[in-house]
Amino acid sequence: MDKVKTGAEFEDDSLDHLKQFTAARIGIGRTGASIPLKQSLELKLAHAHARDAVYSELDIDKLLSDLKQFDLPVLLLHSEAAYREMYLQRPDLGRQLNKKSIELVNDYSHQKPDIVIIIADGLSATAVNHHAVSLLKTLIPQLQSVGLKIGPISLIKQGRVAIADDIGVHLKAKLSLILIGERPGLSSADSMGCYITYNPKPGLTDESRNCISNIRPHGLTFKLASKKIFYLIQEAFRRKLSGVGLKDNAGLLES
Amino acid sequence: MSYHHTIGRKTYRFNDLKTLLAKASPHRSGDVLAGIAAESYEERIAAQIALADVPLKTFLNEVVIPYEEDEVTRLIIDNQDNNSFSLISTLTVGEFRDWLLRDETDTLTLQKLVQGITPEMVAAVSKLMRNQDLVSVAKRCEVVTRFRNTIGLKGHFSTRLQPNHPTDDPKGIAASMIDGLLYGSGDAVIGINPATDSPAEVNNLLLLMDTLRRQFDIPTQSCVLCHVTTTLELIRQGAPIDLCFQSIGGTEKSNSSFGINLALLDEAYEATLSLNRGSAGNNVMYFETGQGSELSANAHHGVDQQTCEVRGYAVARRYNPLLVNTVVGFIGPEYLYDGKQITRAALEDHFCGKLLGLPMGVDICYTNHAEADQDDMDNLLTLLGVAGCNFIMGVPGSDDIMLNYQSTSFHDALYIRNVLGLRPAPEFEQWLIRQGIMDNKGLLTMHSNPHLLKEMKGLWTR
Repeated sequence: MDKVKTGAEFEDDSLDHLKQFTAARIGIGRTGASIPLKQSLELKLAHAHARDAVYSELDIDKLLSDLKQFDLPVLLLHSEAAYREMYLQRPDLGRQLNKKSIELVNDYSHQKPDIVIIIADGLSATAVNHHAVSLLKTLIPQLQSVGLKIGPISLIKQGRVAIADDIGVHLKAKLSLILIGERPGLSSADSMGCYITYNPKPGLTDESRNCISNIRPHGLTFKLASKKIFYLIQEAFRRKLSGVGLKDNAGLLES
Repeated sequence: MSYHHTIGRKTYRFNDLKTLLAKASPHRSGDVLAGIAAESYEERIAAQIALADVPLKTFLNEVVIPYEEDEVTRLIIDNQDNNSFSLISTLTVGEFRDWLLRDETDTLTLQKLVQGITPEMVAAVSKLMRNQDLVSVAKRCEVVTRFRNTIGLKGHFSTRLQPNHPTDDPKGIAASMIDGLLYGSGDAVIGINPATDSPAEVNNLLLLMDTLRRQFDIPTQSCVLCHVTTTLELIRQGAPIDLCFQSIGGTEKSNSSFGINLALLDEAYEATLSLNRGSAGNNVMYFETGQGSELSANAHHGVDQQTCEVRGYAVARRYNPLLVNTVVGFIGPEYLYDGKQITRAALEDHFCGKLLGLPMGVDICYTNHAEADQDDMDNLLTLLGVAGCNFIMGVPGSDDIMLNYQSTSFHDALYIRNVLGLRPAPEFEQWLIRQGIMDNKGLLTMHSNPHLLKEMKGLWTR
């Protein structure tokens, strides 16, 4: 951004001492009544990153190759939302598997795992492209070390959080864990969310899930996120529930 | 009762009034999601033609949500004034549209109409109006409200200063407040969306704003946009509450999802009035609404999202609010997909609210997953400025770092005031001039005001 030369009338440095207190765009100066060009382009660039993230796609080749290390079957699935514009307008379709995917998942239903892991694009495929495997590298060995049986890993395109219910039921899993791209903000376009649901079944709402949000190197780190998720999953199995009831006792979540 | 219209050899039938209203609605994603939108362009216009022939009187006999089931319907029907309705009681919806646009239909005439019309009549007529019709009629309405200043006068345009911070940090909030005031923002209200709804936290923010206001004798009001029950508790504790805020919807069920009902709002209204803190007037309520909230709460009863929205205005007008703000683009693309839909919805909300006598402002905004950008917001801002919108938001550089969406900036308000020759609320304008922030032509002086800044820096250190 340094290359942009501006003729802004007031380069406003009088509020510089206040900028330390907030990330808000204060003291940006003005030219006439308008925002100076430099700051105007900064906002547009941040928005461009967010827009690109919304339209980014799962990098299937790279994910398949990186997931090999876990030695688990990987299923390539798709929701009922055929394309992004439909996904954005029809959240109901993003919560259901399409017919072909249901058939594929049913082939694996005999395994009856404790946990199924789902990676979905959500509103930022960039987020899971970058962060899903890094998180699983810590998490999967932890889960296996306490004897939890992990089913196939599902990669799902045009998926919303509740599609984990659909997948969980078809795979007859006791618990579903979905990693999903969160709605991009102007400051971060690669924030990943994780939702945990015990006894998943269609029709559940958010109060039946536990959410760990803002997972990314500059947000909640993989190490800390993994620790929280591991704790929640163990508690979910111990108390046979997830959601609001579980959250209350999780002192770890406050950190 | 069913409605129909024939185009060529095809007859379109609409089983009841709510179906007719939904099918006649300009296209938006939320109605498609609800499964109630017109299925073709032709069906939509057929519905509009059929709707144009419906007598306004029909709306008094056929309700969209049963009277017995919904207290908002009861509020609408029980408070409708036939004397005021007599001005237009012989008209159909289509004739009403033409009547609204007549040269003779002036501000005073429209004000006489307020108690006679129902939200459903207003929603219906708006569906037959083009964007320019919505602008044209809204501009003739004038809704003036007062607390410590006067908002909504013709030729004036106000802003809510919105100094949000993701962790409610008082210094961070104060920094944004100072920035905004130096840009001439904040005459509608200085209003914070709190990150947490705890009474102690909210009270801290109220004290911060009240201290600033009293220190500089600013003729404006402050508000923390917490739940009405939190406000009630804080009133009992003696906190400095200027305005009582609440999000509201257009059905009993949607209000219940917000944790409110009319009895609770009545109680909050009376409690806030009793504080008697206004100096210019006693409009003490601040409401926020937005198309799609009823559907998102699964509380829409098959009624289209725009009609639901206008029903919410019946709730608002019961309490003589200082401000009503439709947060139009916040809800996301599954309800309003793109700049076109957001623009249309904002103009509808502004028109419908004004016609029902409400001091309408608009949060001109979008989220990052909507097909919209700053250019769409510039267009909408210009349209609303022309339409006589009472107020918009003022957010540092458009970027709300707490709610994660883009709204209008302090600069945007300066732009619209400049191009349309609009001024802030008169009392606030005088204050800006006294402080040397603005000159008497309405132009900002140097943004930095060393004296004022030095004083303000002391705000949180004392």
